Amino acid sequence: MAQIIETNHTPWPEVEVDPVTLDVIENALQNARVQMDAILFRTAISPIIREQRDGFPVLANREGMMLAGQFGSPIDGFVHTYDGEVEEGDVLLTNDPYACEGAISHLNDWLFCMPVFYQGRLLGWTAMFGHMSDIAGMTPASMPVTATDQLQEGIVIPPVKVVAKGVLQRDLIKLAFRNSRTPDWNEADFFAILSACRTGAARLVEMADRFGADVLISAQNRLLERNREAMRNLIMTTMPEKPVYFEDWICDDAMGHGPYKMACEMRREGEKLIFDFAKTSPQSPGCINFYLNERMFKMFCGQFMVNVFDPQIVLNDGYIDLIDVRIPKGCLLNPIAPAALNGRTHALGRIFDIISGLFGSANSDFLVAAGFSDSPHFMYSGYSPKDDWFLLFQIGFGGIPGKPGGDGPDGHSLWPKFRNVPNEYIEAYFPIRIERFESIPDTGGAGKHRGGNGVRTEYAFEADGQISIHDDRWLTYPWGVKGGKPGTRGRKLMVRVDGSTEIIPSKIDGIKVKAGDRLIFDTWGGGGWGDPLERDLDAVAYDIKAGLVSVEGARRYGVVATADGAIDAAATTALRAEMAASRGPVDAFDFGPPIAELKARCFEETGLQPPVEPQLSRIATAWLRKNGMAYPDTAVAAE
Amino acid sequence: MSYRVGVDVGGTFTDIFLLNEQSGKSFTAKVPSTPADPSIAVIEGIAKACRQNGVDPREIGHVMHGTTVATNAVLTGNGAKVGLIVTEGYRQVLHLARGFVPGALSGWINFVKGKPLAELHSTIEVSERMGADGKIVRPLDEAKLRADVRRLADTGVGAVTICLINSYANSAHEERVEEIVREVLPDMSISVSSKTLPEMQEYERAVTSVANAFVKPVVSRYVTNLQNNLQATMGDVKLSILRSDGGLAAARSAADYPVNLLMSGPAGGVAGAIWVARQAGFDNIITFDMGGTSTDVCLVEGGEAQVRRETVVHDVIVRASSVDVRTVGAGGGSIATVPELTKALRVGPQSAGAVPGPAAYNKGGELPTVTDANVVLGYLPSESKLGGDMAIRRDLALKAVQKVADALHLSVEDAAEGIIRIVNENMFGALRLVSVEQGYDPRRFSLMGFGGAGPLHANALGRLLKAWPVIIPPGPGVLCAAGDATTSLRDEAARTLIAPVDSISRDELRTYFAELEQRVRATLDADGIARDEQDVRYQVDMRYAGQSADITISFEPAEFEQSGLVLAAERFNVLHEQMFNFSLDKAKEIVNLRVIAQGGGAEVGSLVAPKGDGNPARAAIETTRVYSDARWHEATIYDRSKLCEGDRVEGPAIVFELDSTTLILPGSHAMVDKVGNLLIRDND
Repeated sequence: MAQIIETNHTPWPEVEVDPVTLDVIENALQNARVQMDAILFRTAISPIIREQRDGFPVLANREGMMLAGQFGSPIDGFVHTYDGEVEEGDVLLTNDPYACEGAISHLNDWLFCMPVFYQGRLLGWTAMFGHMSDIAGMTPASMPVTATDQLQEGIVIPPVKVVAKGVLQRDLIKLAFRNSRTPDWNEADFFAILSACRTGAARLVEMADRFGADVLISAQNRLLERNREAMRNLIMTTMPEKPVYFEDWICDDAMGHGPYKMACEMRREGEKLIFDFAKTSPQSPGCINFYLNERMFKMFCGQFMVNVFDPQIVLNDGYIDLIDVRIPKGCLLNPIAPAALNGRTHALGRIFDIISGLFGSANSDFLVAAGFSDSPHFMYSGYSPKDDWFLLFQIGFGGIPGKPGGDGPDGHSLWPKFRNVPNEYIEAYFPIRIERFESIPDTGGAGKHRGGNGVRTEYAFEADGQISIHDDRWLTYPWGVKGGKPGTRGRKLMVRVDGSTEIIPSKIDGIKVKAGDRLIFDTWGGGGWGDPLERDLDAVAYDIKAGLVSVEGARRYGVVATADGAIDAAATTALRAEMAASRGPVDAFDFGPPIAELKARCFEETGLQPPVEPQLSRIATAWLRKNGMAYPDTAVAAE
Repeated sequence: MSYRVGVDVGGTFTDIFLLNEQSGKSFTAKVPSTPADPSIAVIEGIAKACRQNGVDPREIGHVMHGTTVATNAVLTGNGAKVGLIVTEGYRQVLHLARGFVPGALSGWINFVKGKPLAELHSTIEVSERMGADGKIVRPLDEAKLRADVRRLADTGVGAVTICLINSYANSAHEERVEEIVREVLPDMSISVSSKTLPEMQEYERAVTSVANAFVKPVVSRYVTNLQNNLQATMGDVKLSILRSDGGLAAARSAADYPVNLLMSGPAGGVAGAIWVARQAGFDNIITFDMGGTSTDVCLVEGGEAQVRRETVVHDVIVRASSVDVRTVGAGGGSIATVPELTKALRVGPQSAGAVPGPAAYNKGGELPTVTDANVVLGYLPSESKLGGDMAIRRDLALKAVQKVADALHLSVEDAAEGIIRIVNENMFGALRLVSVEQGYDPRRFSLMGFGGAGPLHANALGRLLKAWPVIIPPGPGVLCAAGDATTSLRDEAARTLIAPVDSISRDELRTYFAELEQRVRATLDADGIARDEQDVRYQVDMRYAGQSADITISFEPAEFEQSGLVLAAERFNVLHEQMFNFSLDKAKEIVNLRVIAQGGGAEVGSLVAPKGDGNPARAAIETTRVYSDARWHEATIYDRSKLCEGDRVEGPAIVFELDSTTLILPGSHAMVDKVGNLLIRDND
């Protein structure tokens, strides 16, 4: 437990805050967060932060409750784990998910926390994490698919001070940068994040000057209460006491096990919402474990609920006591150390599908299809023709789900802030050409509002090297809702320079490539929303003309048309009537075929062998037995 | 006698600024805009200004013009139907864009993506490939292209844009495609991305080139009409258009690259602000141009506006230099709401616009807006007129704001003050973004408020920003027109050159700069600006190798001759430290080289206010009441046209003029300076 050193022990008095000042302070907090982002993205050097924007800021109050941010506050975990004094001018760093209760989810994310003092008293905290491109470990980019424990993934930094009383700890950061294949990027990104934290801190101090520290602190409390009250209200009015259950899957763990079930039962008890993940698969011996931080999960829930009713609200941690998250120790979402975590992106993304599935089951107003709930990783490293070592790391986008307000865009990012990296930039800096970059017709699930199409990226390698891939949804489908159809699954095809082809598994390390080889990387489509037979004919015609839906694909909407988008009205009416009559009742969800059937047809359909049933890993059985527990043991999760 | 005229065409009014080039005396006129053909209002306005001041229109030698014609074409989607030719595999370059979804984690749920400026069914692929090193990977398949171009023409396109991968490195294929398109479709308007924007990044280059083609016919038609009409009434007259970057360009060349005009309107405001500030002796200002639906802010240091390599119009972001004007969706028409769930007070970004407008305008609007709050608080006296004929109905404003008051359980006055405080906070965020966040201390700057609503809010924002004095220029509504008339001709040329700073010899750089200099000087030559009046500056965009944000470093050609890029690299470190609190001991790389040429002779014209005795009583119209800090105050309304140099106006006061109303808060006062500016400061 960290000991916070304050030189002034006068408590902040609780004062009245008029409602307008409250809203002004809410805006000011949001502005401060935006400014932290702005600083980071302008000064970071690695493509992953500067172009794809993988970095996230937080402002928190004295107690570490998030006031503005996106993933909940990491401060609590930090303060619990850090063993030492924390003083004015200190900045703490960790990259160990196990040391901060999963506030970050893999070692590449470096989390900085900075206490903000005002007149000798702790005023609040700023924090930010950003993705470091490489932090040593078995493979370039430090996300070894075949890792079986954390130490194989790279340098582990427990919570340490990188700035102590305002003094940069140069020896320490030298050590950190030495453990990287991309020390220059890491160094620039390190200072960029630090600069952003300081900017946030300066804004908090300015706010204390401007409004008075007691007003600021009291207003923060009011804002926390306001979020809580809004959430309480929504829970009471939109969520049922009767349990709802939803499950989705991670297709495999790169070691031949899968699919892993992510299962959650949600119910309301009084004003509290309980999420119980007891039926989730055990943790994997491989890298796909995701240490689900409870606050992060609660924040995701808030995004889906509160933001829908007041889009301008600045979500904070005020309501966290209204949500109870129970995750059994030793399961995929609460792994026991030192389980590997670097492939957590799939489970992290799939949590969104779980939340929308649960909320949609509870209340159909919230129902949206499954979509691009992932961040497929593509890594390519080697020596360039100029003999420079290089590392390219890219995150792929895909089809956004169909939703009540309209179609899901083709080939966009479900994650906020992310942008794709310009291909000309990649070609200028890496020995690779991107021969094709387009969304794939008919890959979005059919629906009244169709799912977005997945993306085809065709890489032509210009240097010998190796590639790694983290991807998913090659076995299970991105589901559709309210009659909408699932999107298609992802696939990766290698075309060797000699013309031979091979299907590349979804999660793989160290595939050797030669100059002239090509990789065709197809991401998956979003699920459809609503009955495809009710889709607006003009929308179908537009998609056909634009080449986003084929003439054959249009038949999924019951539409008969020619390639120039001309619709045969009579044939369409007839086809729609026939399809409506023959399909039977429409379910809320369309998951595609059941798992058993998918596995049975796996090789035939995907060219890959089906995975086998997951087993509890040795790390987990050892720990559970030593602690006298069985799996799953929900009593532990509730601690 | 010779005159020059500055013209600003706004959504509602067209403003004319007529300047006697010998005496520096200026006249203004205002006529309603004519959106169907904006040139009609321009001619009428000039005629009116001449008539009222006894000037013969034939004495006008130069008309300088800021226009929103290009901007409006993008906003309304009313441009050319553009066909796009891209490299095979990149047909969806505009459709996929950067894959960005705005908003928070759940942002995608409400995200509705607009259609691309060139539609997919009017986009064809050409089989060819250029490498990033400028070497040909695959030759151009000309036979297939010819057939496809005919097919493209059949989709009814009125213009064709060619944007091939890596054309910034080697434009040979683009140029060959251009030749073929010209052969097949001799009358087609064609634009080529390596000419419009010879820079890396395929999406940005494509969207910029397409946007250029999209607005080109509209702008061409407008410029031609205007030039013809001007010639008919004034004889031989030179027409120049203000570009987004704040420089003037001859109308013809401006019409060739209209993508550079998307911020022409706001640039006029900034140019005008600089001109007025310079005369009043202020070099460092932050402009604050608050209109009906949005507010534009811009930082001016040492008399020069910051220029940004990006122009944003709604959801279209193009790579074109523009004065670094940041826009927030907060204006007089911003609507206040109280969501049921949170009972928080929200202002904007929804706006009542001109129709139905604020409730007080009695044009059907019933929702409470910022303007209504200003009316309730007495800042906009209901007796006065807004820019002419708009009567203000306080009763309707009260009724609208009451809805917010009821929801918040506040008095109607406190609710109105709340609306003002919230909208001020939104604008404060934008002001901070251009100052503090760029490493500038706003206390070193003065805040200049203009636009329809700027002078009402500027005093309060000056307090938030601590940027004193707050300057309210005379005739803030015609500021843009004045800026147009008093700025100088300018041209720039750039090329992408991504390379480590120390990897390129000075000779090689000299060749590049010389080539660019040649181009910009030729433009100014064509405008009849003598070589010795051409001010040439070199720029290099520099960054740490691989970094996203480049910083533009400017220097004189002589500096370059002396020390190459050594000084520029040192300056980069200093600026990086200033903007981001750190610098690195790392290799720097060049991103772009640029040369800017500017014509001299902008220092014409000045404003003079009559001298007074310090007592503004002569200008007092009547007393009124304003509500501030939760209570009513007695205040005086002044007629600005009767204020004189040296007058001290004590707050609370309202200074009224034809197209704007200034609020001086309790605890502040305004001094009238020698050019007629109101300089507002806090009393303590």
